[in-house]
Amino acid sequence: MRTGIYLIIGVVFGITMFKSEAASWFRIFEMFQFQAFHMYGIIGVALGLATLMTFLMKRFKLKSFYGNQIQFSPKEKSFKRYIIGGTLFGLGWALAGACPGPIYVLIGAGYWPILVVIGSAILGTYVYGLLKDKLPH
Amino acid sequence: MSFLLEPWPWYFSGFMIAFVMFLLLMVDKRFGMSSNLRTLCSMAGAGKRTPFFNFDWKSQRWNLVVVIGAIIGGFIASEFLTPNDAVAISEQTITDLQALGFESAGTAYMPTELFGKDVFSSGKGLLILIIGGFLVGFGARYAGGCTSGHAISGLSNLQLPSLIAVIGFFLGGLVMVHLLFPLIF
Repeated sequence: MRTGIYLIIGVVFGITMFKSEAASWFRIFEMFQFQAFHMYGIIGVALGLATLMTFLMKRFKLKSFYGNQIQFSPKEKSFKRYIIGGTLFGLGWALAGACPGPIYVLIGAGYWPILVVIGSAILGTYVYGLLKDKLPH
Repeated sequence: MSFLLEPWPWYFSGFMIAFVMFLLLMVDKRFGMSSNLRTLCSMAGAGKRTPFFNFDWKSQRWNLVVVIGAIIGGFIASEFLTPNDAVAISEQTITDLQALGFESAGTAYMPTELFGKDVFSSGKGLLILIIGGFLVGFGARYAGGCTSGHAISGLSNLQLPSLIAVIGFFLGGLVMVHLLFPLIF
């Protein structure tokens, strides 16, 4: 039952990523060139609604479908890990033109070279795990 | 329903992303896609040698189901909901990309130079995909999240760390597109 719900949420997410063209390499390039409003509009509306939703859920102590109070956990405080990790991520995002959601969507759409991107993203995650204690956080 | 077959406008797309986040919160989960990469490492047995991957990955199975859904969603969208998959990027973007050698700009969903079958026999193309993917995986985990976890989930919860991470995302993206692309392509 719950597995089915997660699957449907994934399908809705996948269709949204593809149809919004947020999964298109071209849109990411265009965004970083500031040549269209499209991606900024998407992120802006999503973020605006999400912020309002988060505020209201906290304010009214909303319960989930399963009766648990919805919790929002704060992110660990740091500067270095976010600026260094974020910049490395941004370099990859612009080069591969895909972030960790759309990469899966593009498999479904049949762009097989994305499997190379996913394979090396898994490798990158693994190497981070190996080096974690030696990196500045 | 025919508007579903057109490229979705930004306001509808943004609404749908917020709706996905809403659904995940309502089933006691969080919106964050990059953690799946760590889960996949743990599943493959990386936890035996590296403590970072030694966690109960089965508790993250729900997110892998979301991934399977996203793959199915990508198939449905490209196969049945997209009669014309050319992405209408701006004229200036098309001109700039053609100058860099991307002939497919404005006529395709993905550049055939990087995502067509020919890339498998192009050393340079493969290297670009490998380096790009590596940075995405490494950077997302280093920063503790990606576009969904920081730019949407974290920022909407007014988290300063997420703002720093998003500034990093743009710093990296701008450096890549403006300074490195002319050297690479």
